[in-house]
Amino acid sequence: MLKYILLRGLLAIAVAFTVSLAAFFLLNAATDPAQAIAGEDATQEVVETIRARYGLDQPLPVRYAQWLGGVLRGDFGESYYWHKPVAELVAERAGTTITLALSALFVTILIAIPLGAFAALNPNSWIDRVALGVAVSAQAVPNFWLGLIMIILFGVMMPIFPVSGDDTWRHFVLPAFVLGASSVPAVMRLTRTGLIEVMGADYIRTARSKGFRSGALLRRHALRNALLPVISVLAVQLGQKFGGSVITESIFAINGLGRLALESILGADIPTVQMLIFVFAIVFVAMNLVADILNAALDPRIRIG
Amino acid sequence: MSKLLEINNLSVTLPLPGGQLHAVRDVSITLNRGEALGIVGESGSGKSMSALALMRLLPQRALQTGKMLFDGTDLTGLSDAQYAQQFLGHRIAMIFQEPMTSLNPVYTIGRQLTEAAVQFGSYTPTAARARALALLDRVGIPDPKARMAQYPHQLSGGQRQRVMIAMALMLEPELLIADEPTTALDVTVQAQILDLLADLRREMGMAMILITHDLAVVAEQTDRVAVMYGGEMIEEGTAKSVMAAPAHPYTQALLTAIPRMDGPPRRLGAIPGTVPSLMTPPKGCVFAPRCGFVRPDCLEARPPQLGDADHQRRCVLSDADRPTSAPAAPIRTDHAEVSGGEAVIAARDITQVFTSRKGMFGPKHEIRAVDGVSLTLKRGETLALVGESGSGKSTLARIMLGLSLPTSGTVEMLGRPVADLAPLERAALVQPIFQDPYSSLNPRRTLAEIIARPLTLRGEDDPEACAAKTRDAMEMVRLPARMLHSYPSQISGGQRQRVAIARALVTRPQALVCDEPTSALDVSVQAQILNLLDELQTELGLSCLVITHDMAVVHQVADRVAVMLNGKLVEEGGCDSVLRNPSSDYTARLLAAAPQFRPDEMTAPPAQEATA
Repeated sequence: MLKYILLRGLLAIAVAFTVSLAAFFLLNAATDPAQAIAGEDATQEVVETIRARYGLDQPLPVRYAQWLGGVLRGDFGESYYWHKPVAELVAERAGTTITLALSALFVTILIAIPLGAFAALNPNSWIDRVALGVAVSAQAVPNFWLGLIMIILFGVMMPIFPVSGDDTWRHFVLPAFVLGASSVPAVMRLTRTGLIEVMGADYIRTARSKGFRSGALLRRHALRNALLPVISVLAVQLGQKFGGSVITESIFAINGLGRLALESILGADIPTVQMLIFVFAIVFVAMNLVADILNAALDPRIRIG
Repeated sequence: MSKLLEINNLSVTLPLPGGQLHAVRDVSITLNRGEALGIVGESGSGKSMSALALMRLLPQRALQTGKMLFDGTDLTGLSDAQYAQQFLGHRIAMIFQEPMTSLNPVYTIGRQLTEAAVQFGSYTPTAARARALALLDRVGIPDPKARMAQYPHQLSGGQRQRVMIAMALMLEPELLIADEPTTALDVTVQAQILDLLADLRREMGMAMILITHDLAVVAEQTDRVAVMYGGEMIEEGTAKSVMAAPAHPYTQALLTAIPRMDGPPRRLGAIPGTVPSLMTPPKGCVFAPRCGFVRPDCLEARPPQLGDADHQRRCVLSDADRPTSAPAAPIRTDHAEVSGGEAVIAARDITQVFTSRKGMFGPKHEIRAVDGVSLTLKRGETLALVGESGSGKSTLARIMLGLSLPTSGTVEMLGRPVADLAPLERAALVQPIFQDPYSSLNPRRTLAEIIARPLTLRGEDDPEACAAKTRDAMEMVRLPARMLHSYPSQISGGQRQRVAIARALVTRPQALVCDEPTSALDVSVQAQILNLLDELQTELGLSCLVITHDMAVVHQVADRVAVMLNGKLVEEGGCDSVLRNPSSDYTARLLAAAPQFRPDEMTAPPAQEATA
């Protein structure tokens, strides 16, 4: 098992490097960082000076190799824009984004799993139809639009929650809801189909024949089986929350990694963008790994082959 | 003996999109303490539904009427919660057909055995554990302590069924319901489980309801037998009396449909038609449309209950009216061994090794599914390949069909190596028939398209010639040509298997390879298919390789037998010599384990004429 985790960990790092390589070349193809740093009105001379100072006159492969060499020594370079080591910049803001991602996941679980379970236990009832309606509309609604509507509803019309900043827990309520809502449809549907399938399984009939009814039946026999696939999807969704933070943090003016990513992309701050992509890729792959490990821990058929 | 269970006029209706399905109609059952009742019937007869109604395990939408008394308590008056608390597990317990899926995969055996007893306060956790250990030991699970910590997937099917039995007995129920407890198991395991159930029943003085489609099992294991058909109980009585002197035409026909191991193989008494769907219950007798002795009054009103408490049936015929059917003529006086016949398919030194890995990086495992087997199918003969699950018989069949190439060894068809044959040439020589007619036919094609498919593949593009050949094939398998435009979902299992045979025969192959051709079918339908295969073989001079686990089917159809165990051929020879004097221990064990149906050996009580 340990060997398996180690191998999967190595695989994760390999994936992260591949992603960073692709990102590096695409970024440099799309923008001219020297021009971006100098500003749009700068003279050609200034741009060239900057290009030489940051080493941007070197060929791309050499620059990637330099960046890679730095990363292997634990040095992600210095931000062109903030004039600070990128690692420091990311470390400062990571906490905010982790808080946002975890609270968003909490919102997803709180809405999706009970809704899915109710729908499954009463298939084709009105609860089921409402849940399906929620799922379809949540899937169709874009994140930024939901964010704006939330701001209008709970920030302007009924000013219950603050709509900008990250000072108190109250600041996280609306963004967590917006970010969490995007995962509700997938998780709810999976809970519903999983539980419907499990409730029709032979071992549930066995449990009934032993005298277990509704509540105990669900708690003791159905939920663990039904939630197995849900848990791995939740782990993957948590990885996606980091990527999703780009839009949500910008809307709610939260100083996290997502907003940092947006700003550094706009400013062609390549060292920062590179590190963020690297971190997001590692988080995503690590969450997939966590999903596999959780599944193995909960399902003896995987744990004990 | 005191009455334990009394079910009166039980009816179960299931509302379906297409109307009401009358799954059980007006069934009454009485069971004394310590008695074993067998409920026999084909699929859709309502036998499981009756038991599920008693256990309150019916689907929520099912409507149920009738009265149930257990030891004097009226069960119908109890709420679900009261019933679960007072009866389920404590007084009535049930084991199911599918041991592979009936245990929860994510909990240990120990937890599943003890949880109900602890949860409902019958035992302390320590006492429950002690009782579970003792029961596991009693049902024949070696090293119970270690097993308690294991998960279901670490146990074999037979062991899981033993665990299910132990679980049902935790609270010493007075009644055990066993719904097809051995159908999913291998023959040798089946016999052990049935013996175990019989022993436990005697030891614990428990009553039992054994639900099965297998008349041989019922004859051996029960005191009384109830025969169900189309949701109704059409005959009921002591096991001896029902088996030796069946009084209802359906029971009579069913008994002649069972392949027997004694005497020469006879033509099986196939019941024409199919089991009815019960959307609209008939006014008269449910069996009338398929009955050989049907009279006008059968269609008018439901037949009365005739007979006495020891043996009764729902049929208008009195004992005197009912012709006693003479045994059918033998189809072969003896198994004629085809000597020196030309080899149609010859397999030499076939070895098939499968390698698998545990996970992405785990170590390699080698499984020798077939290990150095040589087997020849001669022209015009039926060769039965017998073995239990995992013996490698289906793998060998695939290789002999030329569908997969063995790791080593050669297959020759009519003297030519199969590797040199183009797929179309090979397909013209040999055709397969698979076990499950429900999944082996493409549901999106009409029967005409399915049957004509091999012709299309061979590039026969004259539509009229194709249509003619398709009609011929339909006629060969005794299906009406009007069905050609139906889809597989619109016809019954037996009809589907006929379509599969028609598809196999449309190119006029030399040989058929039939993999468990009847094991997914009911007894009466199995009889139709076995008879059909026998007739076709005589008409067309086909060679057949029949793969089966059922010794009675072997006796019915085979000229020669080959027995496989763990990938090796342990015995091969003429059918009679192998069945009468098996030379390998394993064959002898298989024969001893096969439930044998010999109603003549049961002493029939003198026939009595009585009125309802």
